[in-house]
Formats: sequence, C-alpha cells, structure tokens
Amino acid sequence: MRKDLNIHVHHLTRVEGHGNIVVDMKNGVLRKAHLHIVEAPRYFEALLKGRNFHEVAIITSRICGICSLGHQMTSLKATESALGLEVSEQTKILRKILVHGSTFQSNVLHALFLATPDFLNVGSVFPLINTHRDVVLAALRLKRLANDIGDLISGRAVHPISCVPGGFTKLPTEKEIVDLRDKMIRQARPDAQFAVGVLASLADKIPHFTRETEYISVFNDSEYGLYDGQICSSDAGLFPVERYLEVTNEFIVPHSSSKHARFNRSSYLVGALARFNNSFNLLHPEAKKTAAMLGLKAPNHNPYMNTVAQMVEVVHCIEDTINLMDQLLNKGIKPEKPNQEPTRYGRGVATTEVPRGILFHDYTYNRQGSIEAANCIIPTGQNLANIDDDMKKLVPEIVSEPKEQITRKLEMLVRAYDPCISCSVHLLDVRFVE
Amino acid sequence: MKKVKVAFFDFTSCEGCQLNKLNFENDLLDMLQWVEIVEFREAMDDKADEYDIAFIEGSISTPACVERIHDIRRRSKILVALGACAVSGGVNAIKNSHPADWVKETVYGKDKYLFPSIPVQPISAVVKVDYEVRGCPMSAPEYLHIFKSLVLGRKPEDIDYAVCVECKQEENECVLDKGMFCLGPVTRAGCGAICPFNGQYCTGCRGLIANVNKEGAIDMLKLHGLSVQEATKRMKMFCTYELE
Repeated sequence: MRKDLNIHVHHLTRVEGHGNIVVDMKNGVLRKAHLHIVEAPRYFEALLKGRNFHEVAIITSRICGICSLGHQMTSLKATESALGLEVSEQTKILRKILVHGSTFQSNVLHALFLATPDFLNVGSVFPLINTHRDVVLAALRLKRLANDIGDLISGRAVHPISCVPGGFTKLPTEKEIVDLRDKMIRQARPDAQFAVGVLASLADKIPHFTRETEYISVFNDSEYGLYDGQICSSDAGLFPVERYLEVTNEFIVPHSSSKHARFNRSSYLVGALARFNNSFNLLHPEAKKTAAMLGLKAPNHNPYMNTVAQMVEVVHCIEDTINLMDQLLNKGIKPEKPNQEPTRYGRGVATTEVPRGILFHDYTYNRQGSIEAANCIIPTGQNLANIDDDMKKLVPEIVSEPKEQITRKLEMLVRAYDPCISCSVHLLDVRFVE
Repeated sequence: MKKVKVAFFDFTSCEGCQLNKLNFENDLLDMLQWVEIVEFREAMDDKADEYDIAFIEGSISTPACVERIHDIRRRSKILVALGACAVSGGVNAIKNSHPADWVKETVYGKDKYLFPSIPVQPISAVVKVDYEVRGCPMSAPEYLHIFKSLVLGRKPEDIDYAVCVECKQEENECVLDKGMFCLGPVTRAGCGAICPFNGQYCTGCRGLIANVNKEGAIDMLKLHGLSVQEATKRMKMFCTYELE
C-alpha cells in the first residue's frame, strides 16, 4: 500500500474560476488535503461603499456571470428590506420564474457540459458533439430556453436589466408568456426527460463515497425553497435570515482567497444536494419521480450525487415555471411601475438559493440612500471547508488505487460541487511524487 | 481550409462574457466547423502552445496576472480583449478610487496581507491588444460579428458614436426626458441601446466615446438633480480607469 502521496492539480478545468487541489501524504499520514483558491480577490464589499441604491444591484450582479440573476435578486431583496420598499405579487411571481430559469440553465450547464464528460471519459463536451450529438443538442435547447426566460422577463440573461429595486422597468406581454409557456411544454419537458434518461444510463459511473455532514439551505414551508425563506440546517433547524452570521461563521485560511464557513460541525454543505435533502417533500411530483428514476433518496450523503440532484431540480423548475406562468396568465399582467420611494433607511438582509447554494447579501444604507456597509456571503465559499473534509476522508479510502484515478476522483469531487470561484472571489492544482 | 486555432483565457472578472459565448446555442456548432478551440479552461481539459486568436476576459489585478498575460501575448497572433473588465478595467477598477489599504481591510480585515493585489488595469495597459469587444457583458451579436470577421481575415469596424444614436434608431422614449439619469450621450454605442430599450438608464458599460465632452456631461447630469460628486461617481461605475 502507498505510504506517500503528493498531488497538485494546477488551475482545475471545467469549473468557474481558478483553484488548485493539493494533497500531501507522508508515511501513511495525511498532512494536507486542500482546495486552494487562487482567484484574484475582487473586493466587492469595498466597491459598494457610497453607492446609491439604484446602482447597487447593477454592481453586485457583476460578482458572477453564471449567478448574476441570483446576486441581483438577493441584492434587490436586501435593498428593499433596508429601505422599506414593498413589491407586488406580480413582481414576486416574475422573479420566481427568473430564479427557476437561472437555476435550470446553470444546472443543465454543469450536469451535462461540465460533469458528464467525466462519466464518458473525455476531457470536455466538444468530443460529445460527434459521439453524443442528441444529448448535446437537447442540453443546448434547454439552455437556450432558460436564456429566453431571462431575456424576456429581465431584458438579458447575463446581467439582467429590467429588474430594479421595487419591481420591473419593463414587463413582458401576455402573448410572450403564452408562447414561452408553450415552448416549456412542447420542448423543455421532452428534452429534460431525455437528458435524465442519459444521466440514468451513466449512474454506475458516479463514485461511491459517503460522508454525512450538515446540510444548509433556504426553507419555505409553502414551496421548494429557492426564491425566499428561512435558513434551514439539517442539524439545528430553522433560523430567520437576519441571524445568518450565527450560521456562516466565516473564517480566513491562508490557502484560499475565499473565506471558509462552519456551523455545528467543522464544515457544512450547500447547493442542490442540501436543498434536495432539506426540501425533498416540497418538490414537484414529476421531480420526485425523476429522483426515484435516478436512484436519489433523501437524505443522501454522497457529495458526488449533487450533479444528480441538479437534474432533479431541472425537472422541478420546468414544471413550477409552467405553474407560475399559469398563475400570471390567470390574473392577467398589470402595468406596474417599480416602487422606489424609500420609507426608511437602515439595514436589510436577504437570502436566495442560487444554483450553487444559499446566498446572503447584507446592506446598511445612510439617509442619502447610499451604502454605508455591505457583506456578501457566497455559496462556494461556504462549501470550501466541506470539500476539504471530504478529501480528508476520501484520500485514505482510495489511496491504493492508481494515482491517475485518485487525481481524477478528486477532480470529479470538486467539480460535483459545481464551484463558482469568481463568486467566492475563484479553484484546482494536482501533482504526484511517489 | 485549415481550422483557426482559438483560445479563451479569464483574468479578474465574473466570467460572464465567456459564459455568454456558450450562450450562442444556435451558432456554436456552426462556428466549430471553422475554428478549433484549443484552450478553454472553463469548459475543457486540453492545453495548447500557440493560438491564432486569443480571447482575453477580465482585468489585470495581481502580480501573477501580469506574468500570465505577457506569456499569452507571446504565443498569440491576434489578441482580443473581451468585455468591459478586459477593455477598460470595468467595475473592478472602482477599487482604484479608494485607498488600497482600506479596500483590503474592509474585505479581509487583519488578514489583508495574505492576498497580493495591485491597482486594476485593462489588458491594453500591459500588452498590445489588437481588437476590443466592449460591454458588460459583451454583446453576443457584436462578438459573433467580430469573431467571424477575424476568422475570415477581415478587420472588424470600430464603433465610436454615442448610445443615443442607436437609442433614437430604436425609437425609445428618451431616458433623460423621463426624468431619469442616463449616460447614453457619452457612452460608445454597439449595444443597440439595450438598457434604455428595457426601461433602464445607460450605465456606461461600453466606455466613453473618443471625443467626449466631460464637463458638458456633468452639467447635463447636474440639470437632472445630481451633485457633481454623485454625477462623477455614476460615470465611474464602469469607467474609473478611463477617468482617473
């Protein structure tokens, strides 16, 4: 059995941002198993200082291209809470549709373009264009449709335009919603079912590994927690969002320009698997069927299954988008102007589930409506300590396997979290010495 | 025809521009008949030594960035800056207008020394940039147009007139006339005035036109009730590097 192991993966591929995997084992003792975050720091909390409330969401959306919608939603809700701006039921429904669109777009991108190449032993999605053309085309159509939702309702899928504090500056027409709903039914449903079938056929390629941890997500007893709700810990129960600092407990480690987090254990997990474990009962019945088909039961303690949970959510988001569009069409779309007259100035905290997990924005505004202090806590940052803990348990379990396979399983592990490192500031580096 | 070797690199940014190009669902597969993507860390494992066209996203903000961009430039025939962060520093450059120590302390507290950071610069401040695709995010159709032009060996045109021109073509109601703030008169066009079209003001993400009348712009914004300080700050959201 191997006693010494030294792995260094520089700039891990197929993840968003820059990180390295470092594993160091000497005489059978694991001295280091880390994900080094080497992304350049971006200092958003400092960039927001002095900015007027009209500008804040425009800047925070730039934290991340993939999750720009989620950052914008969280930012708008925090601003609205700080300034006492009420939003209409119509605005909430439109925002929920946007969150669904951005969740299923990102989940499709990760599950089918970034993770699936590992299951088929290729280095990227590009060779699959020739060998698995049908699934690539289905994934592209799903992505396109999710982007169409963003384009229609928020003006642009990446860095949305028309969602502002208090509502929307432009509204879609009922005809446009009818057309999009029609596409969801005729196109998105069959494409998602096809993609689920492909993933089911690859289920045996997903590594077996179990480590129970604390699962933290947004929870809402009336719907699967995405757009809004309380903080839910699988260990400690529910917390109001204002108490987020007691949950996240951020700390700085030298090997990461992104801060780490912990609550009741040395680490916790956020993202699709945490949401699935905490809110399984609230999934749409079709999504529950999909989970059964993919062999995913709640609670599941295999982090590699995050990718599977993402596909379950794709089905949920498609079905719930159709429901929300029906609600919108039943009531009719009313011409509304955004409510931008502050009723107070102070502190506001908000949370949303973005594709990679629970996100917090916390702003304090002065009487001029400008930011005095800001804090953003990003899902990938919250997962970093959990990834390190997974590696510490995994490496000894697979240490007798060939080194290429160990490296590959570590890369797949980090990728399964779908890390978004630009967000967390940015991920992976593996090198072997026998 | 030999396929053109294309590579994509990301520096300090949100990677939204790179993502945006995966969003050409309808054109992506067609483009791959003409080009070979030889390096694209966000989507694939492969690496290459030389590139016909290197697309660069993001700003220069650490000593390591400077080293890496010089290395990429040496190995690239054509280098294109993609999006506001690469072209002008984008929102990253806002930090340049605050004291560096305060910025680091605000985010990392007493651990501020752990992570090296230098003032934010656009790519062109460090190496020669052959072409630029502006915007935050870059406009997808404009990028596709420039990409196709370069693959065909043509020189893409440089747009240097204000967003107002395109806004009028779209027949949008003037944002300033609506009583809102707008940077359309001083910002380079090419986006089809997408923000005013969606009821929002122009945030100036494409940078200033070449012969901009800064004082005139500030006077105009003052007329709309903004203090000089607030008007300048708003102009700097995407243009701090250009204006300082």
